[in-house]
Amino acid sequence: MLELSDINSFYGKAHVLNDLGFSVARGQVVALLGRNGAGKTTTMKSIMQMVVPGSGSVRYNGQDITGWPTHKVAKLGLGYVPEERRIFTDLTVTENLEVGRQPARDGTVQWTEEMLFELFPNLAERRGNRGKALSGGEQQMLTIARTLMGNPSFVLLDEPSEGIAPVIVEQMAHVITQLKADGLTVLLSEQNLHFARAVADRAVIIEGGTTKFEGTLAELNAHPEIRDAYLSV
Amino acid sequence: MGLFIAQLITGLANAGALFMVASGLSLIFGVTRIVNFAHGSFYMLGAYIGYTLMQVLPGAVGFWGAILLAGIAVGVIGMLVEILVLRPVYRAPELFQLVATFGVILVVADLTLMIWGPEDLLGPRAPGLRGVIRIMGEPVPKYDIALLVITPIVALLLWYLIARTRVGVLVRAATQDREMVGALGVNQAWLFTGVFALGCGLAGLGGALQLPKGGADLLMDFNILTAVFVVVVIGGMGSLPGAYLAAVIISVVNVFGVTYLPQSTLVLIFVVMVLVLMIRPYGLFGRPEVAGEHGQVGEPEKPIRPAGTQVRLLVAAGIATLAALPLYGSSFSQVLATDILIFCLFAASLHFLMGLSGLVSFGHAAYFGGGAYVAALIVTHSNSPMELAFVLAPIGAGLGALIIGWVCLRLTGVYFAMLTLAFAQLLWSLVFQWGEVTGGDDGLVNIWPADWLNDTTVFFYLALILCIGGILAMRHVAHSPFGYALRAGRDSDRRAEATGINVKRVQWLGFGFAGMMAGLAGGLFVFSKGSVFPNEMEIARSFDALIVVFLGGVKTLAGGVVGAATFKGLEEVITRFEYWRLILGLLIIFVVIVMPEGIVGTARKWAERAGWLRGEETRKRKAREEAA
Repeated sequence: MLELSDINSFYGKAHVLNDLGFSVARGQVVALLGRNGAGKTTTMKSIMQMVVPGSGSVRYNGQDITGWPTHKVAKLGLGYVPEERRIFTDLTVTENLEVGRQPARDGTVQWTEEMLFELFPNLAERRGNRGKALSGGEQQMLTIARTLMGNPSFVLLDEPSEGIAPVIVEQMAHVITQLKADGLTVLLSEQNLHFARAVADRAVIIEGGTTKFEGTLAELNAHPEIRDAYLSV
Repeated sequence: MGLFIAQLITGLANAGALFMVASGLSLIFGVTRIVNFAHGSFYMLGAYIGYTLMQVLPGAVGFWGAILLAGIAVGVIGMLVEILVLRPVYRAPELFQLVATFGVILVVADLTLMIWGPEDLLGPRAPGLRGVIRIMGEPVPKYDIALLVITPIVALLLWYLIARTRVGVLVRAATQDREMVGALGVNQAWLFTGVFALGCGLAGLGGALQLPKGGADLLMDFNILTAVFVVVVIGGMGSLPGAYLAAVIISVVNVFGVTYLPQSTLVLIFVVMVLVLMIRPYGLFGRPEVAGEHGQVGEPEKPIRPAGTQVRLLVAAGIATLAALPLYGSSFSQVLATDILIFCLFAASLHFLMGLSGLVSFGHAAYFGGGAYVAALIVTHSNSPMELAFVLAPIGAGLGALIIGWVCLRLTGVYFAMLTLAFAQLLWSLVFQWGEVTGGDDGLVNIWPADWLNDTTVFFYLALILCIGGILAMRHVAHSPFGYALRAGRDSDRRAEATGINVKRVQWLGFGFAGMMAGLAGGLFVFSKGSVFPNEMEIARSFDALIVVFLGGVKTLAGGVVGAATFKGLEEVITRFEYWRLILGLLIIFVVIVMPEGIVGTARKWAERAGWLRGEETRKRKAREEAA
């Protein structure tokens, strides 16, 4: 469904992604793993074309989307949930969802505010509050809900468990499982295996902007030396 | 009491057009981060187009229809400007778009002159609203009452659009983080275009609405701009209620000022502004700008390197050619060269401020004109020798810059820039209105240099030595520890603070130094011309310097000087044509689109590509070759 090949991406002069390539099949939950600075966020942004790769290609459903404007990529059905959350703090919860609203696409769940409030009950109570009044966990939920309002068929979650309370991490895992059940494809980035184990089918490990491992979680579990080399310290 | 109420009503009525123009400017800035200097031009266009439509369309329906249509027409023109001029330069360094909007000012000014001619147009009266009604015995124009009703309606409609509709939600979201809005599937380009068109339409509407009160003339564009900037600063950037309240305050203060303090109306609004900012630095409803909040992270600054041997030799050769000018050039060419040198020093001082400390001043002419006036006032009012007056010019300007800088540096970013503009306008209005001392509009004349300098060639050498010396001094400071501290503060004030640099203090001194250098240029100017007029301090002079710095290239050390020399030389040629502003405006827009890094930056890039210079392009090419 999504295929990255030989991606080279730069921030100014810094060469962040180095011939990176991997693919994600429809309906899977894939964990993009790597240490801090391995290039996970840049990978996400390169898929969304928020960072336009210097070379290589990003294909979605067979279509080459490299160099497309970001909003067109989003319109294709790719929903991006940034690590820093980037909710609109001056807007209310409802208004934040409104920004994300897009018409329905064939074969995707068509989300409504009510459905999202069911999925994230905390948000329902705070629908009239401004973004800046929300707690970190609530903001994390809102940023996912906002992306879902665009009825994506493919969701990119950048470090969804970063900096939130364990009880909310659990809720997050539940939400991802739910999305998978609804037929969505998910690519999520994580620094450690713990969260990925709970939700992912496959894992891609990157280091220094290059793919070091691509396979199922079972395969990864069978090779603790890979984990030791590229993940936890 | 009756007079009081009548004046209050007039003030509130006057607030209408001001509010519409200011809210448009504020909206455009919020979403696109462009300070639209051309906003006054759209206001002027609204008035002229409204005037013509009123001639064509009959009766009351025609009158009000003309106002509405004028607003729409200006909105469409704004849309075209956004698509043709601004879209190509959104990715350019921050504030570079200013220059493009300045080009638009010039183009609109000449087109208006071409189409409607030079005479002021008297606005038609509104059908059914001619004459006055009496309130407690005092006459109040009926049209003022109508405006009193119309403005809140427009404000409410605007508020509804922004607060209650999907478009409004998107606009507010984009004001905060436009990249994220794009990532959620919204086409930013059209959002930008729409907001720009709306903002311009509002300005046009304001221009047409004030026709029965003020008519239409060719100075409207700049005349409203200052008031609009003041309103936006007082109200708080991006706040509609703020813009409304501030427009009312300014208009009412203005009306009462005309009655009770006729000599100081212009000064009064700036006093109000300074008072407000003392209490609320970001305006009544504004909030501090947070760096990086808007999802726009510029390219990292390139380090500035001292010039290499080649460049040094080239510069030395250039200076030698210039120094030999009296041997082969006419007396006129020496006068022209003196003008250019002075302007180069002035531009270089602004460039020092912008390039090294990252502080953008919209009102740098205050120090240039300030220096000129210091010298001229001393010569006129005391019998001091010219030499003393000349030495006091940079000192006076530098002290002035220290005082103004101290206040302005409480703010950052575009607020800082607008505040510097407001202070420049305050000084300008002081000079303009305090006729007994400054000569007002008639300026100060007969300010000639001492006998030993009173010769074109000798004065040319004085200008050459001081201007080149000043520019080299600024370059020297750029490579001194003080220059490093300035640049550190520019790139990251927190990290600079953490290393022990008192960023505000360094910036304050830098501001004073830049002001002093501008004052030196002003001192040279006044003695080369023998006179000085308030327009040396006005907003257009500040903009000249800004344009030159941007066109030359902010991020290159030579940018200011090269831009100034090019601009001044071009101006000399172009002003011979009838519609020179049109040509200059189009030229500026062209340069902005083709050379987003300025003349020096782009030339360097080309030279590096061609292999004449080593630098980033060379590295990039190597990287490409290695990759292949």
